[in-house]
Amino acid sequence: MSAPLLEVVDVAKRFSAGTRFSRQGVRIVHALDGVSFTVMPGETLGLVGESGCGKSTLGRCITRLYDLTSGTLRFAGTDISALSQRQMRPMRRRIQMVFQDPYASLNPRRRVRDLIAEPLRVHTGMSEAEISKRIAELLDIVGLKPDHAMRFPHEFSGGQRQRIGIARAIALNPELIVLDEPVSALDVSVQAQIVNLLADLQERLNLTYIFIAHDLSVVRQVSTRIAVMYLGSIVEMGSADDIFSRPAHPYTQALISAVPVPDLAAQGSTKRIVLTGDVPSPVNPPSGCRFHTRCPIAQDRCRSERPVLVPSAPQRSVACHFPTC
Amino acid sequence: MLKVRKLSVTFRTEQGMVQAVDHVSFDVGEGELLGVVGESGSGKTVSLLAVMGLITDPNAVITGSIQYRGRELVGMKPRDMRALRGKEIAMIFQDPMTALTPVYTIGWQIAEQVLAHEKISKAAAWQRAIDLLAEVNIPNPQEAVHRYPHQLSGGMRQRVVIAMALSCNPALLVADEPTTALDVTVQAQILDLLHKLRRNHGSAIVFITHDMGVMAEIADRMLVMYAGRVVERGTKEELFLQPLHPYTRALLDSIPPLTGEKPKRLRAIPGTPPNLLNRPLGCAFAPRCIERFEKCSAEPALGDGKNAAACFRVSA
Ligand SMILES: Nc1ncnc2c1ncn2[C@@H]1O[C@H](COP(=O)(O)OP(=O)(O)OP(=O)(O)O)[C@@H](O)[C@H]1O
Ligand SMILES: Nc1ncnc2c1ncn2[C@@H]1O[C@H](COP(=O)(O)OP(=O)(O)O)[C@@H](O)[C@H]1O
Ligand code: SF4
Ligand code: SF4
Ligand SMILES: [Mg+2]
Ligand SMILES: [Mg+2]
Repeated sequence: MSAPLLEVVDVAKRFSAGTRFSRQGVRIVHALDGVSFTVMPGETLGLVGESGCGKSTLGRCITRLYDLTSGTLRFAGTDISALSQRQMRPMRRRIQMVFQDPYASLNPRRRVRDLIAEPLRVHTGMSEAEISKRIAELLDIVGLKPDHAMRFPHEFSGGQRQRIGIARAIALNPELIVLDEPVSALDVSVQAQIVNLLADLQERLNLTYIFIAHDLSVVRQVSTRIAVMYLGSIVEMGSADDIFSRPAHPYTQALISAVPVPDLAAQGSTKRIVLTGDVPSPVNPPSGCRFHTRCPIAQDRCRSERPVLVPSAPQRSVACHFPTC
Repeated sequence: MLKVRKLSVTFRTEQGMVQAVDHVSFDVGEGELLGVVGESGSGKTVSLLAVMGLITDPNAVITGSIQYRGRELVGMKPRDMRALRGKEIAMIFQDPMTALTPVYTIGWQIAEQVLAHEKISKAAAWQRAIDLLAEVNIPNPQEAVHRYPHQLSGGMRQRVVIAMALSCNPALLVADEPTTALDVTVQAQILDLLHKLRRNHGSAIVFITHDMGVMAEIADRMLVMYAGRVVERGTKEELFLQPLHPYTRALLDSIPPLTGEKPKRLRAIPGTPPNLLNRPLGCAFAPRCIERFEKCSAEPALGDGKNAAACFRVSA
């Protein structure tokens, strides 16, 4: 067995919101709390969970766009959790990020060729001729035409813009790419094109992905393993097939059962678990198990004692006092 | 109850004429749920905004006929249209904030809506607001009436907007992607709520979405739109079990499955929808269609039948 590419150990991230002059004073947002997992080279780890559960924050901590409040990040054996932004620079080539809204993440006043050239200019000593050659190569890899290089982002459709964002991310031959909702803003037909492109690139360039999405069927399609998050913590982790066929955590079960499936034959075959209420605020997370306020099988113990993420079966961990398997 | 015939909406823009909706015809029966699906830009929103009389852009040209319970809505006086919107037809949007004012409590906003078409006392209207919030499953309605929109989550706001829409007990509710911005767990709550409302009020609903899963769950009949036109029409069963139009089939095929064997690759539809500024001649789906043949350079028409598709492979 090879060594993990990324090790995340007990990572926490807190934000302070408001000021001491605002009505509620300074509030501490517990965005991430005790998050640990490893990612093996060549795999895709899917991150799912409701809005605000900390998926993007985790992605931004891993790429060190955010500083960690506590915990350790090891990338290819090197501790990167405390590196300064300058010390991080050589690492940046190896860890890249792709965002949901390709439009917002691309400077509208720059041509496609300059957008893709930027990381090459910053991180490599390539000559302009070499850069031009590389840009042509990258456009081809992501399925764009050579003459697209001179155009501006607004001249492209959403799917094409996401191809530009991907070309930028792979320009420096990274090892790990964090994809934060890369297909969420796209129509299904185009979404499928980008999912296929990402799969091809992974194989061709030996990439490792962390794939954040709220569409569970997309996550299942792309992921080797899946981590399910709730209020800043991982509540269940396992292989994509196991998580979907035999979810063990009550939250995972509710999440999967809530997805409407476009298949009339399959309807009514599984009973939908409708959770009541909303996700509690990460400013005052509930005591004990953070899911107890919405869990259909919560017991007294759940309100006082916090379950930890422990292996429950081979290749599977669950944070619940009463897991189903 | 609603009969739309050859509805077209064209916008004059600096780049030229944009035919957003092109000869769209459909019916909605009493108490029925009609689902409208299609990719973004296919004309779903614009066609239903036209039905609601909510296209205010002076550069828009609307032609065709929209009959609601025998009354013609195209060309109706804005005042009469407003009265109808308040009393019989209501609309909810993807972003609930478009229907809410940030500076007033939600109780005030619902009560105001009630007072606009009912001659009752302020106290009675306030009580109605509480009852309506209870009906849409807002916990603690007596306390919730005092809250401001920004103090609520997205799912709660959407429920408040549904409560406002219900305040007039509408015969027709138009819902434009009301769950698209919500988590699946909250979407399930809202879909449950719409089921309950249909049972209790018997309202007809036109539900716009791009999510085939949501359609499979709630629709009675469906329209599939592509590039401003209706390309297929039928019952939910017909569309899912025997889709006629190559686009409908391709759309269903491109969705990754939630159970069973994972395909190695997804069956994506190549290319992108056409630019409406220079719509290709002939079938608009032809550049992306794997079943295209010589005939497709002409324009396929949608037949009159209850289950029909605008495609030469189907009519031939
Ligand atoms: N810069 C910040 N300052 C204060 N709070 C923040 C900040 N960034 C995120 N948060 C809070 O941290 C929590 C996690 O947010 P995050 O964006 O990671 O969620 P997410 O899982 O990506 O959600 P979504 O699915 O909506 O993208 C939320 O409560 C959010 O409001
Ligand atoms: N005010 C407007 N001026 C010009 N074009 C418009 C206007 N409103 C909508 N459109 C165009 O009409 C088409 C259909 O839009 P819409 O009905 O919003 O699509 P959908 O709801 O199916 O995503 C799009 O090409 C859109 O850009
Ligand atoms: S620990 Fe208790 S409350 Fe938490 S998920 Fe398990 S059963 Fe539910
Ligand atoms: S008319 Fe031709 S191009 Fe259009 S959908 Fe049918 S087969 Fe395809
Ligand atoms: Mg996010
Ligand atoms: Mg729309």
